[in-house]
Amino acid sequence: MDILRFITCGSVDDGKSTLIGRLLYDSDSVSLDVLATLEKKRTATNSTDVDLALLTDGLKAEREQGITIDVAHKYFTTPRRKFIITDAPGHVQYTRNMVTGASNADLAIVLVDARQGVIEQTRRHTLLASLLGIRHFVLAVNKLDLVGYDEAVFQKIVADYQAIAEQLKLAHVQAIPLSALHGDNIVRRSKHITWYAGPSLLEHLESVPVATDANPHEPRFQVQYVIRPQTEELPDYRGYAGRIQSGTYRAGDKVRIWPSGLETVLEAIEVNQQAVPTAEAPLGVVLRLRDDIDISRGDTIVPIAAHPAVVRELEATLCWMDERPLRAGRKLLVQHHATVVKAAVTTILQKTNIETFESVGTDEAKLNDIVRVRLKTASPLVADEYRQNRDTGAFILVDEQTGATLAAGLIAATDPEYFTQEVAAEPAFSI
Amino acid sequence: MDYLDRLEAEAIHILREVAGQFERPALLFSGGKDSIALTRLAEKAFRPGKFPFPLVHIDTGHNFEEIIRYRDDLAARLGEKLIVRKVEDTIRARGLREPGGKYPSRNPLQTYTLLDVIEEFEFDACIGGARRDEEKARAKERIFSVRDDFGQWDPKRQRPELWNIYNGRIQKGENVRVFPISNWTELDVWNYIQREKIELPEIYFSHERQCVVLPSGQLLGLSEHLNLDDTDEIVQRRVRFRTVGDSTCTAAVESDAASIDDIIQDLLLAKVSERGATRLDDNLSETGMEDRKRNGYF
Ligand SMILES: Nc1nc2c(ncn2[C@@H]2O[C@H](COP(=O)(O)OP(=O)(O)OP(=O)(O)O)[C@@H](O)[C@H]2O)c(=O)[nH]1
Ligand SMILES: [Mg+2]
Repeated sequence: MDILRFITCGSVDDGKSTLIGRLLYDSDSVSLDVLATLEKKRTATNSTDVDLALLTDGLKAEREQGITIDVAHKYFTTPRRKFIITDAPGHVQYTRNMVTGASNADLAIVLVDARQGVIEQTRRHTLLASLLGIRHFVLAVNKLDLVGYDEAVFQKIVADYQAIAEQLKLAHVQAIPLSALHGDNIVRRSKHITWYAGPSLLEHLESVPVATDANPHEPRFQVQYVIRPQTEELPDYRGYAGRIQSGTYRAGDKVRIWPSGLETVLEAIEVNQQAVPTAEAPLGVVLRLRDDIDISRGDTIVPIAAHPAVVRELEATLCWMDERPLRAGRKLLVQHHATVVKAAVTTILQKTNIETFESVGTDEAKLNDIVRVRLKTASPLVADEYRQNRDTGAFILVDEQTGATLAAGLIAATDPEYFTQEVAAEPAFSI
Repeated sequence: MDYLDRLEAEAIHILREVAGQFERPALLFSGGKDSIALTRLAEKAFRPGKFPFPLVHIDTGHNFEEIIRYRDDLAARLGEKLIVRKVEDTIRARGLREPGGKYPSRNPLQTYTLLDVIEEFEFDACIGGARRDEEKARAKERIFSVRDDFGQWDPKRQRPELWNIYNGRIQKGENVRVFPISNWTELDVWNYIQREKIELPEIYFSHERQCVVLPSGQLLGLSEHLNLDDTDEIVQRRVRFRTVGDSTCTAAVESDAASIDDIIQDLLLAKVSERGATRLDDNLSETGMEDRKRNGYF
């Protein structure tokens, strides 16, 4: 059984949390005791329906204000798949929490309130999800009950969203008309929406092919921790523990250590102390090398046939997440998985206009801005472009004093078309 | 790759990040199945080396005897350092009031002992076996969760946590709680225990036990720590424990499940959540968990 990780996004009050609640409720994934608390709440507030959003809005402040502030993680399983759900907040103020959720998702459900249509937040979240490498989108046109389940309303929104999808070259979009509140087309097909012949949301989530196992990338492995027992039985054992970030490793291969550039042989790959001939991402392994070379946390080990870029200067797209704006010249830390280096933002090249998706000149990045910058690092990074490798192409910026996470960073090429995904081979939009 | 392998790989990665990023980490070992699973994951992450952290047990003094025995055996078998700190000593040292009532739970007091042990050893990271599927406030927490000087969690100011890049950089006085099995469900843990053939304390399996019937209908194992009176009904039942916490606030569930297979079958049919079935203290208030976490609880 495989795992599908998905996120709900869209504007405030579009019904994201209600949709997740409905999905859990209608698929019998909510336990009785939890239902009992919802029911208690319903009676206390004199409502006719239980508030399904309370299944994910777990913080006191969220329940009081009726909004989502931070991402919630929910889990459920059907005979077809195991799902990890991330319910994101719609409010612009909490965009960084949405980005947190999207960074680990394979699929994004973008909700649109049928009465409001496509709005700025629809565009922002779609852009962010696309930027972060999500390839599968569901356009969930919600609250159709409030527009009399009118097909024309749905079609208009689909057409508007199609323009976004084309602009961003989204790989795959499924549009579904639904009502999260009443459960139309969530788990079961709707009785009210007779004009729609496509799948319900759950049917789609269960069947959408997300090739998480496809591993076409060059091999990458970063050392997280050096295992040195120094015991009587194992006086000289030295194992490099880490995670295969991409690709496949084979025992016996010649490998090079970066950034030092030294060459040696991959003597053994160990998993749970057993030698295995090959191992692939995302497995955690211990690599043993033939020669005793100085290797420490953060070093990258790759077969000599692979050629990672080793750079001290790079161009990247940032999702800026700090209240204090970023200006050129700012010194901070780059955390690239197990590597942490000092760096400076040398230039802020441009920022993305959410309305048009066009790049415009800027000299600062404000909270939630998406900007393209140049960075200089104090020591070399073994880097890939994000669109080539969602793992090694990602980094975060950290404030040296406070330790705060300031930005999500995506290593970019100089390619101006960077914000768009490659064109899918097949016609992508289905209804 | 099977989904359990994926979850395992994620947890191992997180454990190694702790080892790589912190100077004085600790693994908080409760004796429950989740922390037992964590020790297996730590073996996979660090063997043939030693764990780069001690096991730390906060002993409420109301623990099941079996758990204490299991804990000591496990630490000995693993050859890892075990640090035990007792809530009783904290109560004395800090002049705290023993909880009263019929079912006096020292669960809330654990927080003090935990904060004291963090201070004593200057732990900068504490690994725990909490899962996001357990409770609605936990569902909101990051994998690397930064706590301030007083161990407090501020849910409105959580750091963004992007991809699988974990930011453990902290200022003096702060520390980080790390939850490697955040994304596991109760069923995942049982499936893992089965796959890994991990031995568990006997109380997880069906056995005869004298229990008090609570007003909620829940069954509480009889122990000398309860202050019962003649209104209490004592019954003998076949029960097992779904979670193992303080014996005075962890209810047993009626069950004939004698093996891990049986337990998994039980779970697949279960209509009540783990917490709902077993925890007494969370029912006290709707935001019980969040409130305790804000105050430094694990
Ligand atoms: N009529 C109708 N109301 C809906 C529907 N879906 C959600 N709502 C209502 O819309 C309101 C907002 O729902 P939420 O699920 O909290 O919205 P959200 O998108 O999660 O909001 P944030 O997380 O704060 O951005 C609630 O009052 C819901 O009951 C729907 O399909 N039809
Ligand atoms: Mg919400």
